[in-house]
Amino acid sequence: MSNANVRLSPPLLWAGILALMVWLLSACTTATPGPALRGTGDLGVLVERADGRVKIVDTSARRVLAEVDGLGDLSHASVVFSRDARYAYVFGRDGGLTKVDLLTERIERRIMQSGNAIGGAISQDGRIVVAQNYSPGGIKAFDADTLELLADVPATYGDDGLRSKVVGLADLPGNRFAYALFDAGEIRVTDLSDPAHPRTERYGAGRQPYDGLVTPDGRYYIAGLFGEDGLALLDLWRPEQGVRRILAGYGKGDAPLPVYKMPHLRGWAIAGGRAYLPAIGRHEVLVVDTGSWQEVGRIAVKSQPVFVMARPDGREVWVNFAFPDNGWVQVIDTLAQRLTDTLQPGRAILHMEFAPRGEVVWLSSRDDNQVFIYDTASHRQLGHFAAASPSGIFFTSRAARTGF
Amino acid sequence: MMKIPALLLHVVVLVSLTLVAALVSAAPPPPAARERALVHMVRQDCGACHGLTLGGGLGPALTPEALAGKPVDALVATVMDGRPGTPMPPFRGIVSEAEAYWIIDRLMQGFPADQGLAQRVGQH
Repeated sequence: MSNANVRLSPPLLWAGILALMVWLLSACTTATPGPALRGTGDLGVLVERADGRVKIVDTSARRVLAEVDGLGDLSHASVVFSRDARYAYVFGRDGGLTKVDLLTERIERRIMQSGNAIGGAISQDGRIVVAQNYSPGGIKAFDADTLELLADVPATYGDDGLRSKVVGLADLPGNRFAYALFDAGEIRVTDLSDPAHPRTERYGAGRQPYDGLVTPDGRYYIAGLFGEDGLALLDLWRPEQGVRRILAGYGKGDAPLPVYKMPHLRGWAIAGGRAYLPAIGRHEVLVVDTGSWQEVGRIAVKSQPVFVMARPDGREVWVNFAFPDNGWVQVIDTLAQRLTDTLQPGRAILHMEFAPRGEVVWLSSRDDNQVFIYDTASHRQLGHFAAASPSGIFFTSRAARTGF
Repeated sequence: MMKIPALLLHVVVLVSLTLVAALVSAAPPPPAARERALVHMVRQDCGACHGLTLGGGLGPALTPEALAGKPVDALVATVMDGRPGTPMPPFRGIVSEAEAYWIIDRLMQGFPADQGLAQRVGQH
């Protein structure tokens, strides 16, 4: 039977068109669904350093939700979160500052703010994002909504207008920011409560501060020193007392070992009234009483520590190490004050991030292109997923923490 | 033809496989694999201070422009023995002098891209 000359009667034609319209409309609805409602408290961002990309991850489902590309040079990238934990601000090595929307899984805004940057912080009220720069040395403040420049505070020192590399930027109560000047040997505190008129206080710190941290209450700022044995402590409740040296001479005059990677102090380990700090150029974690700031012990570890991080409950401290021993991770029991485990999760473990309440820890293995998830009670691997040259892992629980 | 006992066959196969594996792992890594490891180390681990793109960070830039005109022997000496008073550590014991010359030469020409390390046996 041929159907070439079949003529549809008008009612049948209309029935067909109507059916088509209904189908098209329903197709429209399914093609553009509204965003599924969800919270962001269990989300995070994983940096794939070599590819200029981040993965948005879900720490409850333990899976990757999305990838966001086009973030530039992400070697030594770091991330802070908006106070609603919806946006991640990603600071790239090349001076790029990218605001990523974790819900729409897209870049909201992106600027190039310097030539060479090392990280950033967000203000107590969440309105100001601050980048710390190596070149040109200084800090820059941006509107957290629009990324418009609010203030440029150069780290100028000496009489010749030299600018120092800035390290160890930390947010403080009162929209203030503490940071250290590697070349100038100073700690500076800049008050950005009126961003149009930043006010900066300067404190002598010691030779070559390489990183800094602020205690969880925002009271003490500590800068690690590369150029001498010891750390610089500033009591921000009593800044008029100036910088005090703690753990002075912790190397006891021994020549330090070559340092193939600077330790990181952000991601501090303060647990049970004690701070656990990486000894630079030594195979040790130093333990300090946070009341007296006197040394109360030191724990011999596998190699030179890079990150020394407390599990959120403070019972354990996890340590990773510098090249060429960066395949190891060790666990310290803070009650017993001794090592309880030595792990080899993968090659080049660059970073560790605990789930908000610490039941698992995620570890990035750069050279195995994997992220490993470990149970923090049994220290056993629960799972893993592929990621290209992964480095920093940042969970949104950081949004509510001073110094993160 | 004599029938080989199954157990003996298993033992022979296992022993020969073990020997092959031992010989393979005892052989020095081929230059290509070592070059790949060196490129990876420079990009990633030297990159911790000098930047993944070698454009500089805590340490100075290592781009051809930045190194142009600098004496090669002095650069090799910096790699091997570090630079006292700065964070630059010595790499003696990690790279040989010949490898340091190769690294400096490649840096001055424009450093190759990182291919990553070879996959580990039993890679996930």
